[in-house]
Amino acid sequence: MPAEPQALPAVPASAPPRPLPSRLPRRSLGLLLPALLLGGVELAVRAGWVQGHLLPAPSDVLQALLGLGGADVAGHVLASAGRVALGFLCGAVLALAVGTLVGLSRTAEALLDPSFQALRAIPSLAWVPLLLLWLGIDEAPKITLIAIGAFFPVYMGTLSGIRDVDRKLVELARLYGLAGATLARRVLLPAAAPAVLNGLRNGLSLAWMFMVAAELIAATRGLGYLLTDGRELGRADLVFAAILLLATLGKLSDSLMQRWEQRALSWRDSLGSTPA
Amino acid sequence: MSATADPAALVRPAAGGRADPLTVQVLSKRFGERLVLHDVNLVLRAGETVSLVGASGCGKSTLLRIAAGLDRDYTGQVRFADAAGRPAPRDIGVVFQEPRLFPWLTVAQNVAFGIGAPRHDEHALALLAEVGLAAQAQALPKQLSGGQAQRAAIARALYAQPRVLLLDEPFSAVDAFTRMKLQDLLAGLAQRHGVTLLLVTHDIEEAVLLGDRVVVLGSEAQGIVDEVAIALPRPRDRRDVRLASVRAHVLDALHQAHAL
Repeated sequence: MPAEPQALPAVPASAPPRPLPSRLPRRSLGLLLPALLLGGVELAVRAGWVQGHLLPAPSDVLQALLGLGGADVAGHVLASAGRVALGFLCGAVLALAVGTLVGLSRTAEALLDPSFQALRAIPSLAWVPLLLLWLGIDEAPKITLIAIGAFFPVYMGTLSGIRDVDRKLVELARLYGLAGATLARRVLLPAAAPAVLNGLRNGLSLAWMFMVAAELIAATRGLGYLLTDGRELGRADLVFAAILLLATLGKLSDSLMQRWEQRALSWRDSLGSTPA
Repeated sequence: MSATADPAALVRPAAGGRADPLTVQVLSKRFGERLVLHDVNLVLRAGETVSLVGASGCGKSTLLRIAAGLDRDYTGQVRFADAAGRPAPRDIGVVFQEPRLFPWLTVAQNVAFGIGAPRHDEHALALLAEVGLAAQAQALPKQLSGGQAQRAAIARALYAQPRVLLLDEPFSAVDAFTRMKLQDLLAGLAQRHGVTLLLVTHDIEEAVLLGDRVVVLGSEAQGIVDEVAIALPRPRDRRDVRLASVRAHVLDALHQAHAL
């Protein structure tokens, strides 16, 4: 049966468009899925549908975190975050320098890039035995492993950023007599900034992943250690607590990076950039 | 050794004592096997506007790129001269079809790009005011319309006060109305700054309206096939019937050169 025309919601053509949902509700949409998931798990454990010692209820995970004590948790978080910060810094600085060099020089590219591409394919865990042999079980192998993880995304971002710089802008700069380091500083690096920042963001998230690999081996502090400890003690709640902290810290550092990216690249005329 | 070996001797002092600022001699220019330019000799006289027209692919943009020093793979010679006729270093401003503004710099910083873009530059602001962009000095390129961006590019090309301005189809990417406004702007700027213009265009109307001379470049390396002097007073009016007759003449030359 055809619907009555009058039954349709009457929106006059001249009516102003419905206001978009304000910023806050839309941003908090991202919390909806985790909240539903946590609520569902809590319900399933409490109802006895799943075994709590394998999949602990979120409230038990929280209990485990509180049970560790604030100072202890902070100690683990600071140990891991400190390693990530230092490793990321070393890897990113090196990658920026090498990426710029390889981006600018065809000779450097021919010389270095094939080796870097091969090294890039090595999984994080494969480095561990070597680093342990070379550097012992102290901080040095952990920082090095994290630096390796951060290096490649930043290297790739810098290289592709420089390669993708608009030839026409470079031509214009050459008309003004720019070459070499001045050309790189005034044109190539600013133009490559979007890809470089994207590489830095990817590098940071990989640094967190490599940190866990580093701490799984030989650590007495840190979130990777907490994971190992939880497994050895058969405490899924501790393992989940560590995973929760990793997810939170990773998201937090990525959000900070994203905010920096948006501010630094406000000149971009793209869908993702803030409107002029 | 003949007298012509001295580059200075080749520069012919023009009427009024001001020497020709730019001489482009291309013996041959090839793209791979294809000969694009052959035996082209173009002399720009001080303060004049030369419109260079021809069918697409005839090498008119290539000739401009050679003059600009952007293409060095040719046989021939590009000579610049100062007001006294002495050989001078390349002294040009270039405007391309696209504005080519650096998107991370403000409009004013783009205009002053040649000297390192300081925060506040009176000369850049004055030029921006002259091209009608005073209010946009601190804006980013993404905030400009196509016509505004091209105005900024013209201001940038004039910033270093060059003797010669090279323009490669500068208005072909903007709408018809904006194009007319930019043409009027360019004619005014050329007169006020006393700059010599080489304008590459495929728009016959534009070539005739702006040029003191229209040079017709033939296709298939025929070289310059015709040259039309336009001795009409400025500012010119688009509706002037004399312009229409010059246009007809240039069109005839193009038809003959390219067998259109």
